[in-house]
Amino acid sequence: MDWSIVLKSALALGGCGIGIAILLLIASIKLAVKVDEREAAVRAALPGANCGACGFPGCDGYAAAVASGKAPPNACTVGGPAVAGEVGRIMGLESTAAEAPVAVLICRGGLAEAPRRFHYEGTYNCRQAALLLGGPKGCVYGCVGMGHCVGVCPVRAITMGADGLPDIDEAKCIGCGVCVRDCPKQVIRLLRRPKLVYLACASHDRGKAVKSVCQVGCIACGVCVKNCPAGALTLVDNLPVMDEAKCIDCGICVHKCPTGSFVDRAKGRPQAIIHKNCTGCTLCATKACRFKAIEGEPKQQHRVIAEKCIGCGECIKVCPVDAISMVGALGHAERLT
Amino acid sequence: MNPTKIFLGAFLVNNILLMRFIALCSFFGVSTSINTSVGMSAAVIFVTLLAAWVSWVLYHALLAPLGLVFLRTAVFILVIAGLVQFVELFLKRYVRALYSAMGIYLPLITTNCAILAVTFLNIDYGYNLLQSTIYALGVAAGYALAIILFAAIRERLEDSPISQSFRGYPIAFVGASLISLAFLGFASLFGITL
Repeated sequence: MDWSIVLKSALALGGCGIGIAILLLIASIKLAVKVDEREAAVRAALPGANCGACGFPGCDGYAAAVASGKAPPNACTVGGPAVAGEVGRIMGLESTAAEAPVAVLICRGGLAEAPRRFHYEGTYNCRQAALLLGGPKGCVYGCVGMGHCVGVCPVRAITMGADGLPDIDEAKCIGCGVCVRDCPKQVIRLLRRPKLVYLACASHDRGKAVKSVCQVGCIACGVCVKNCPAGALTLVDNLPVMDEAKCIDCGICVHKCPTGSFVDRAKGRPQAIIHKNCTGCTLCATKACRFKAIEGEPKQQHRVIAEKCIGCGECIKVCPVDAISMVGALGHAERLT
Repeated sequence: MNPTKIFLGAFLVNNILLMRFIALCSFFGVSTSINTSVGMSAAVIFVTLLAAWVSWVLYHALLAPLGLVFLRTAVFILVIAGLVQFVELFLKRYVRALYSAMGIYLPLITTNCAILAVTFLNIDYGYNLLQSTIYALGVAAGYALAIILFAAIRERLEDSPISQSFRGYPIAFVGASLISLAFLGFASLFGITL
């Protein structure tokens, strides 16, 4: 047997291997890139969901941005306070946690309220249906209702309701905003978790046009603007725009809106009660209450009509003798006073 | 042989993915979206070219003179793997933009069969260095064409009403076989044989 061929093979293959190994060794030393240690640490602290809610391409991108000081440590909504604190500790920063927002649908026109213009027979997908004359729904601003958001939600928080509108489970929603970006009609928005009241209509049409295609669309009548005690609403392009810094979530707009275009997320609202020390000044009934929920003769103790009171708390503000307080729906009373 | 014919033969007539059925793993694995397909194609074009040069030189300068032609599979795999690692380090240091653009695909194609196939075929066809370069370019461009075409189709398939049992890979296989049949139409284009 010719052993030289074995020797030559071993030498050639081994030589190649050793040559490459040496080349890579030198390369890894000479071409080493300094990686910020904090970047790796921040990356390890992140959830790794790569959802992009922070606005960077995945967790790696966000970690790099944090390490180079281009991003705040609390931008990860999925990780919440725990991750924000950990990232802040790595970066040596004080961190205030960002509470994950919640996605809400800003359209209430289901099958019953907003009829279809035509029968759509194509690929059953919002994005494709929306390309055809703006979709089958009469209102071109509204939810197409084919559940594209259901499919893209990474935590399966969205289901299609029987009314033809997606139903977002607030308990499951992590506020990543994937549905917001993917919705062809842009009728999903992110809401701060504690925010209770929002406008659920996206139509910029005038009242008559809205009325002809949807029973629950905003007709831009301006009643909400006039009644807002905080001056948080202004009509812009036939829609009331809410200044969330001013809004006190009192719920007056929800009840005043003639079409029911506002949504109140509160599970329950408190009610006002008037105590015995009421002097009967009538200020609450005449000046404060917008719902005729307080009755009583002058100079006698007034009383609240329970069915009419919405718990907005406006009467408390005007009572000169502090005779009104709120009961029920714990947790709301403090915020309203 | 005519360089144009070499290129077109590799690009269309003997398309590496659709006619030779080589590198199907990455063809089905990466073609879920156009973006990833473009990234993968760029990395494949880059590495195929480098691998073709290095393997050609190695074969004609080392293996053939020593009579170790039978070792070419082992040597080429070793060299391509080492080369990709080196290129990755080099790009990370000097061409950061290209490194981030190719991202994860560069190390992935260490084991891409298309690249190994090009190095073998260059030798089997007896191409010189220039012809090898053109052939490598043609194969890589063919790979890019096929995978980007296929990714575009798969993106449409995602939104199409496909019965549950066909969703995902089954319909992808059916689609791939149909494109492959369509590519049969390029057979003997300009007299280039299969």
